[in-house]
Amino acid sequence: MTVLQIVALALVAVGAPAVVAARDPLRQAFVASFYGLLLGVLFFAFAAPDVALSSIVIGSVALPTIILLALAKIGDKDS
Amino acid sequence: MSAGEGPARRRDSEISFATRRRLFLVSGAVLAALMTWALAGMPAFGDYHGIYGLLLNRVAVPQEHATNVITAVNFDYRGFDTLGEEFILFAAVLGLALILRERRDEEEGPPDDDAVGRQVSGASVAVRLITVTLVGPTVLLAGYIIAHGAITPGGGFQGGVIAATALLFVYLGGEYLALRRIRPLPLVEITKATGAAGFVLIGIAGLIWGVAFLDNWLPKGTPGDVFSAGTMQLLSVAVGFEITGGFVLILSEFLDQTIVLRRRRGARSG
Repeated sequence: MTVLQIVALALVAVGAPAVVAARDPLRQAFVASFYGLLLGVLFFAFAAPDVALSSIVIGSVALPTIILLALAKIGDKDS
Repeated sequence: MSAGEGPARRRDSEISFATRRRLFLVSGAVLAALMTWALAGMPAFGDYHGIYGLLLNRVAVPQEHATNVITAVNFDYRGFDTLGEEFILFAAVLGLALILRERRDEEEGPPDDDAVGRQVSGASVAVRLITVTLVGPTVLLAGYIIAHGAITPGGGFQGGVIAATALLFVYLGGEYLALRRIRPLPLVEITKATGAAGFVLIGIAGLIWGVAFLDNWLPKGTPGDVFSAGTMQLLSVAVGFEITGGFVLILSEFLDQTIVLRRRRGARSG
């Protein structure tokens, strides 16, 4: 295992609980976005650049965006 | 932990906090023991015995002239599976459009972003500059990733989502109305449908050429060239169209829900 792989694994191990620990959905969307990026680094370090690209575009862009828009809609109804 | 939510809910629930914690500690310990047991029996790191994978790594370049073996698997060796996956997304977007349609008790209001007396300030000059600058390169990158699917990492799927993020930049930097102007929905729907149908048609075209469905019937060219790997590049473009269209539709539906759709005055809720 290379140093990069160990660092990537450690970051993902820290990042996943961080997503759960962020209880506010708005903050959680941002932490999850960052976590998607970490997963991308992990897949890249393990020689899977195709999956890394997918993880970055879905995990750190598409999913948080949809969560944010859904949150905006819910907040809209409350007011 | 968010304040305000915990205590109120704890009073309602039957299980007390202490019981829940005990339950977690017991099940957590059992899970940890099982995981340790399973991990101890795993092969060493990097000890790979997937015969299929090793075989494909060896034959993909000489056989299919695709330097990206992943794409060779997705669009050639397992092209039929990808067809199924593509239609999963197609069905998902259709379902989303159906659920998020304009209901009888809703109407389109003026976009929130343009409302009179809107409190939130618009995008700053810096944000505008960065996003407007990024739109072009993002579309270019998406085109590159789609066009080089069989050569370098990426392909229609990844490139398609990247292309759809260009739309997000327009929304972030500009205004909702500018966004509406650059995404004529009928065109987006046609793009998506063309992509989905294109995949099937490229497969069927193989039957006319006398090979199996989704078999690679085009000349395969020199490995590493943009015009190599036969039908894979075409399939990558088809998937790129479908994914771009799909994600633009998803984002548009959500944005419309958030920004323009209002519950009609006097309509009963629920």
